[in-house]
Amino acid sequence: MIAEIGHFALVLALCVALVQAVVPLMGANRGWASWMAVAGPASSLQFLFIAVAFGALTNAYVTSDFSVMNVAQNSHTEKPMLYKVAGVWGNHEGSLLLWITILALFGFAVTLFGRNLPPGLKSRALSVQAMISVGFLAFILLTSNPFARLEPPPMDGNGLNPMLQDPGLAFHPPMLYLGYVGFSMAFSFAIAALLEGRVDAAWARWVRPWTLAAWIFLTGGIILGSWWAYYTLGWGGWWYWDPVENASFMPWLAGTALLHSAVVVEKRDALKSWTILLAIVAFGFSLLGTFLVRSGVLTSVHAFATDPARGVFVLLLLCLAVGGSFTLYAMRAPAMKMGGLFSPISREGALLLNNVLMATGAATVLLGTLYPLIADALNLGKVSVGPPFFNAVFLPLMAPMVVVMAVGPMMAWKRGDLAGVLGRLKFAAAIALGGAMLVWFLQGGSAGPWWTGIGFALALWLGLGTLLDLAERIRLFQAPGEALGRAARLPRSSWGMVLAHLGVAVFIVGLTASSAWTTERIQSQKIGETVTVGGFGITLTGVHEVPGPNYTASRASFDISKDGSVIDVMQPEKRTYRMPPRPTTTAAIRSGLLGDLYVVIGDADPKGGYVTRLYFNPCIPWLWAGGALLVIGGLISLGDRRHRIGAPAQAATRRVAA
Amino acid sequence: MTRKQRRLYFVLLGMLALGAAVALVLTAISDSLVYFYSPTDIVSQRIPEGRRMRVGGLVEADSVKKDGKTVTFKVTDITNALNVTYAGILPDLFREGQGVVVEGRMEKDGLFHAAEVLAKHDENYMPKEVADALKKSGQWNDGKKK
Repeated sequence: MIAEIGHFALVLALCVALVQAVVPLMGANRGWASWMAVAGPASSLQFLFIAVAFGALTNAYVTSDFSVMNVAQNSHTEKPMLYKVAGVWGNHEGSLLLWITILALFGFAVTLFGRNLPPGLKSRALSVQAMISVGFLAFILLTSNPFARLEPPPMDGNGLNPMLQDPGLAFHPPMLYLGYVGFSMAFSFAIAALLEGRVDAAWARWVRPWTLAAWIFLTGGIILGSWWAYYTLGWGGWWYWDPVENASFMPWLAGTALLHSAVVVEKRDALKSWTILLAIVAFGFSLLGTFLVRSGVLTSVHAFATDPARGVFVLLLLCLAVGGSFTLYAMRAPAMKMGGLFSPISREGALLLNNVLMATGAATVLLGTLYPLIADALNLGKVSVGPPFFNAVFLPLMAPMVVVMAVGPMMAWKRGDLAGVLGRLKFAAAIALGGAMLVWFLQGGSAGPWWTGIGFALALWLGLGTLLDLAERIRLFQAPGEALGRAARLPRSSWGMVLAHLGVAVFIVGLTASSAWTTERIQSQKIGETVTVGGFGITLTGVHEVPGPNYTASRASFDISKDGSVIDVMQPEKRTYRMPPRPTTTAAIRSGLLGDLYVVIGDADPKGGYVTRLYFNPCIPWLWAGGALLVIGGLISLGDRRHRIGAPAQAATRRVAA
Repeated sequence: MTRKQRRLYFVLLGMLALGAAVALVLTAISDSLVYFYSPTDIVSQRIPEGRRMRVGGLVEADSVKKDGKTVTFKVTDITNALNVTYAGILPDLFREGQGVVVEGRMEKDGLFHAAEVLAKHDENYMPKEVADALKKSGQWNDGKKK
């Protein structure tokens, strides 16, 4: 019964979305206020219905209602409650329902926070939002109904893929989707602006917080995903340039560029049509990502619950959305007036350079990701494009961007003084160079890869440059006494920028060190045998069977010793789940500032040992720290008064009311 | 700076970035593309030793032999089979009779030395290349597909 309510609520949501897609848009075109006013209540109602549907599916999972086919195929009574709830989106249908729920949530948020939006812009944006809803609701109802019944219901379900039975499932997909779908806001506002033919600073002020929020979620989602892959896949890596990873990285690149170009629109009234284009591209990449992940047209190690036949529908939606918006863009963008002029040597110039490099980087990732499809279609043979390609193409494009990242924030708007800025940065340059040489010396010259020095120099340059910029903003050297007060008064968006850029610097350290100096030992290890990795002695002391809630694990114990004394015990597991009966690997990780010790236990060797895989991965925690700084920087920036949506105007009306 | 100059600056900047990207892509792509072959391709064509490639198929039943950390097995498309050797821990979903993709090189000893063995997270999922390779050898059973 509850499942039918859920299904029915989805149908109602589709009806509401159809109305919302047409009526407010027509109202805005004809200037009928009453028609425009439909947008708000419609988006609230649509969210309500979709939330009911989502609640109904969650209920089916929590109560293990196996008469619902989706639950029977993907759940099991023995499964811990966390994975019953998170299992709602651990499958194709449920993950689409999560997608559409988040989409409706964002539409609802516009209604909730957007009281001060110009009515024309608001109703048009909500109409565009509803068009996306219509597409995805139709997709769910026509091809992927999560509420389909199974007659007769089985006694128990098939269980959830054990790989997914990890707390990561509870956080990674929702965060990633909040990011993907969050870009729909920038997209809807961009289309609305094209329809209106007007983009101004007010528009940018509206779009920035939404884009920033989406970007924070996407950044967090990607970092969480990498972390999850790192500790669960058992090969010690965290990024593989896999199609599914690229699918989330491309919207991130476009979204990061959008975040920066929207600043220029707001502050300087320039780069308008470029910003609109980025908004369309960012969401286009999100749709492409959804398509690549859901359809499984590309071989990926992260592909779950894919279905090529249903993927075609997403492809169709993608073509409609991207094709339609590009056509509209081609028609309307030339009419957009260019605003403030600026010299290439200026903060706008630096932001533009960053944008061009980001966009080019995204284009190369797109090419590398889709090349196997193109080659297959053109009969050039079956190929895969792996890490060597992306490392050789993408990283060189990002290196100059990091150089500019330290310079840009120190330049003035409109016309900057490059020589002056570089003069102020000469100490940073000297230390970066010195650091690079030190790293080169420490790794024993050409005994390590040639690029480690470059990586560390870039990280030092960016980190020191950003700190120097902060010091100048709070006049730390000129007036140290007042610096603290100035730091407290510094706009939060400036703090956000500083933290995020520092995050990138920290991330580069982790990236460079972990790619260059990982040590890996694979061997058959007997009980009592010691292997040395990264300066640690690792002794296998025993392997025992341990029961879990819905699995049994063979848990190995390793004594970790440093300089002869045992300092820790690490216990990796190999688990075998009961339903579905499948093994998974759980690595044991001992994190430190200098790096992770990463231990994996394999199968028993017929000669009486166990195959073990031992790694020392230098500076891995720096990656997560860098990612955390990016997210924290974003959050602080989001708290900026100027980013609080419509805050000044609302405060004014409240004061009047009081 | 006039509008015209600025437009020129935009265009130059864009061209420069694109030019750099194209140059990088062209230098990287010929070395870093990894071609996919089926075991039949390997047997019937002369495949150069030492080039990195992917081979996909099913893990032949009863072919998996472990010796210390080294594992040998056969990857088959039913028509032909390829001997593969791999040093390390096999992925959890590696199973006899299941689809697998191995990446590595043919060496002089006539064995395929795998640097990586890719089995899927999801056991219902057949890598597209493997499905195509099996279809080509006429061994694809459509009933397996959902």
